[in-house]
Amino acid sequence: MESVDWGFVLEQTLIQALGLNAAVYAIAAIGLNMHFGYAGLLNFGQAGFVAMGAYGMGIAVNQWGYPVWVAVLMGMLFSVGFAVLLGLPTLRLRADYLAIVTIAAAEIVRLVARSTALRDITRGAEGLNEFIGPFREFNPFNPSATYGIWFVQYRGNTFFAVVIGWTLAALFVLITYLLIRSPWGRVVKAIREDELAARALGKNAYRFKMQALIIGGVMGGFAGMVDAIGKATVQPDFFGAALTFFFWLVLILGGVGRVWAPIAGSILYWGLITFVQNTGRQLVDNGVIRTTIMDTNQIDQIRFWVVGGALALLMVYRPQGIFGSREEMALDAR
Amino acid sequence: MHADRSAVLAGVAAEPGVPKPDPILVADSLQRSFGGIRAVDVDHLEVQRGIITGLIGPNGAGKTTFFNLLTGFDQPDNGKKSFNGDSIDGKSPHALARQGMVRTFQLTKSLTKLSVIDNMKLGARHQSGESLWRSMLRPLWGSEEKAIEQRADELLVRFKLDHMREEYAGTLSGGQRKLLEMARALMSEPDLIMLDEPMAGVNPALTQSLLEHVKDLAGQGISVVFVEHDMDVVRDISDWVVVMAEGAVIAEGPHDSITANSDVIDAYLGTHHDAPLDVEVDLDWKEADG
Ligand SMILES: Nc1ncnc2c1ncn2[C@@H]1O[C@H](COP(=O)(O)OP(=O)(O)OP(=O)(O)O)[C@@H](O)[C@H]1O
Ligand SMILES: [Mg+2]
Repeated sequence: MESVDWGFVLEQTLIQALGLNAAVYAIAAIGLNMHFGYAGLLNFGQAGFVAMGAYGMGIAVNQWGYPVWVAVLMGMLFSVGFAVLLGLPTLRLRADYLAIVTIAAAEIVRLVARSTALRDITRGAEGLNEFIGPFREFNPFNPSATYGIWFVQYRGNTFFAVVIGWTLAALFVLITYLLIRSPWGRVVKAIREDELAARALGKNAYRFKMQALIIGGVMGGFAGMVDAIGKATVQPDFFGAALTFFFWLVLILGGVGRVWAPIAGSILYWGLITFVQNTGRQLVDNGVIRTTIMDTNQIDQIRFWVVGGALALLMVYRPQGIFGSREEMALDAR
Repeated sequence: MHADRSAVLAGVAAEPGVPKPDPILVADSLQRSFGGIRAVDVDHLEVQRGIITGLIGPNGAGKTTFFNLLTGFDQPDNGKKSFNGDSIDGKSPHALARQGMVRTFQLTKSLTKLSVIDNMKLGARHQSGESLWRSMLRPLWGSEEKAIEQRADELLVRFKLDHMREEYAGTLSGGQRKLLEMARALMSEPDLIMLDEPMAGVNPALTQSLLEHVKDLAGQGISVVFVEHDMDVVRDISDWVVVMAEGAVIAEGPHDSITANSDVIDAYLGTHHDAPLDVEVDLDWKEADG
């Protein structure tokens, strides 16, 4: 018997690399790219924006019984509100203030959502679990059939969310591209480079930064909505600080400030951890790695070591990310 | 010095705070302290429209701080200021820039990861494509962008930066960055341009052409205030010279009245001194040019 079933590993890897999680992470990282890659905003609380989208949409249906389109609008509004709330006091200050405030705010969102005080609205630690019905009515795919290409197959309900997810990701890449090649994008990049210079040329830096924060934040909100639709649940602890750092990882892996890079980064990230996980598990299951050394649970931890190691290597040999520009990176050193 | 332009101020007395026929910028009792240091303490200063005003003074005299106060980058502890006859107290830098007062910085601010041409295009005022909603639809701003680009290219040629058009601004030399910053400021078609040491670090041969640009500006009716340490440059292009020392305006007038002023010589040299003012030893661009 072979020690590793490579066909199976490849199948799992591709399913994850092109699946729901990858789409969700890609969308959130596209938003982060708008924030950091173009506007230079240090948002360390993207998970909070994702939570805002998921909860905004979920609560609208789950608790208040609103129709789907109102729910999506509410997810967007929640994200916009969060952006304004964070941006108002911090965007006039130095860049690090936003960083600190976003870290804290995202954690507050999670803790408030899971608190018993708001149980009537957010359902506390239990999360929102009864909102998916109205969304599934729009699902053109048969829930009991599978869809996909070649051996990359998803069940109907998942496939629905996967299609929505990648469609949104492509749309957001397009929006980012259109915005950034415009005079608006030029101002935003100028503010990233030197806010005072931009202001001396008559650009209201505060306003542009607020716009960028909102746009990237709403993209984050959509990531949350897609995730909720795909998983049919909104769980508060999903939105922990670690989630934000995985979005950053995806962004850096792909290459900061490149429109397509978050999609590539996300596919790569999910592909890599799934590949390591499945290979490792099979090595344990088939006795190549003895259980006295490592069991399958430990393999699930090891995959993050590997990703961390890969990222460290990337930073050494290709600090601009896979699609980033070495030329731009070199300018920082001058 | 330009005969026609200086003629406007022919009857104006060479004394600090003197009123001028048509001031574009007025500062009144403007003060700013940092801890115990009174960086700026200007009783009254009027900047005449349409001429080149040189602002000189020893290091630490408060010239840059005064610039910051006037352009909204720093707020005075007290005092008033007006631009084009309107009060500009408390106005933000971007609002002032949109009103037509643009500045450059002593420490050059080139936007390193933008190309030279993008740096230039950024300078243009009132671009409709800078609105978030219009930005995504190129037809709404495409023709405007073309016009801006054409103006940018003309300026790049004048400033001898056209060969660097597509390069990142971060790849330019220090002197080239100075040029770019000045050209970029001109893109905004200002009424008043405030240049903080525009020639510092620029190759002497280029200084000469830069001086011509500055004179051109005044020829086009743009008012210029510039800080400069090189007295040859000051003599060559200023229609009026203002001298600051320890935060205050201690003298103003045509160049010759300044160099003869004993207060000015004191301020520079610390003691009474009979020698004519020659503040800095510098490369003689007249030779370098020939
Ligand atoms: N942000 C600040 N904090 C504290 N002190 C300051 C600050 N900015 C300026 N100063 C002080 O104010 C005084 C005036 O400085 P300023 O930079 O305006 O001088 P300057 O005339 O432009 O000099 P230079 O010719 O060297 O550029 C100096 O004593 C300086 O140390
Ligand atoms: Mg200075």
